[in-house]
Amino acid sequence: MSEVRALIVDDSSVMRKIVERALRQAGLDPLVVLEAGSGTEGLDLLRARNVDLILSDINMPSMDGLEFLRQIRAQNLAPGIPVVMITTESSEEHVKQAIQAGAQGYIRKPFTAEQVKERVLPLVHAA
Amino acid sequence: MLLNGVRRAAIALERGGSGKVMEPTMPVSLRESLQQVSDPRNLDASVEEVFRLMLGVECRREHGGGHQEQDSVTAVVGFGGLLSGACVFSTGRTAALEIAGFMTGMQFEEVDDTVKDGIGEICNMLAGAWKGKVPELAANCGLSVPAVITGRDYKLHVQAPEFQLHHLYRFQESTFAVTIVCDGLQ
Repeated sequence: MSEVRALIVDDSSVMRKIVERALRQAGLDPLVVLEAGSGTEGLDLLRARNVDLILSDINMPSMDGLEFLRQIRAQNLAPGIPVVMITTESSEEHVKQAIQAGAQGYIRKPFTAEQVKERVLPLVHAA
Repeated sequence: MLLNGVRRAAIALERGGSGKVMEPTMPVSLRESLQQVSDPRNLDASVEEVFRLMLGVECRREHGGGHQEQDSVTAVVGFGGLLSGACVFSTGRTAALEIAGFMTGMQFEEVDDTVKDGIGEICNMLAGAWKGKVPELAANCGLSVPAVITGRDYKLHVQAPEFQLHHLYRFQESTFAVTIVCDGLQ
């Protein structure tokens, strides 16, 4: 597999590390990880760097994950790049909102590395 | 005061967070499902799930008093929407270091920002997993971002809650407490 550049957006640095570890366990190798602590920081990174995959939390202060996703699409910052939301919110309504905003995948916290593999790898391979 | 601030943040998030108004849905009430919402088994299942999946450790409920260190770390995540209240995760300094170690694969000597962040995330996942057990809550109750308190000799006071669950758990040699406080139910 060629190098995969993943942007992980989460206000928790611990969660960013856990998601990175899960991606490596899922077999994404070589993997380059870009980290953002907020939606705003994530948008700035996307303006400066190309990525192959975006994983974002939803509940974040200042700009939440859904608004981050809407801004990516509105500003055409990562055309064709898969976005996976990783969140504690698990209702169908939240999943629907994420899909409507342009997400291709949804993973509920807590998660296993196997779930990350099942939901992320097909998106990376298809992109 | 802290709980009020956390709860206001949860209510703001439930109302759409980024200014987007959530689509109106059929009026929902939790009054009829109070027994399901306050079922203590939901809390036990949520705690076991979060610790097994995110830390790779088994934990079990303790029915005794348990020993808590003087120096403690407490995380609070507020609920807003159909249910208002908070999920409170509280543990001693040593257990907090251990939990953060399991989460990150790193070793910690002091309760630094990473440890506080990790304990806040545990509380966030517990709150999410707990409300996810009741479909009406999963869809109509928002969560605040976690607030973390460190120190000694402090107590949590809630006046006349609708219901409160307070459970003690053990993992390996450490104990922690999880409290669900509900002070408003629609």
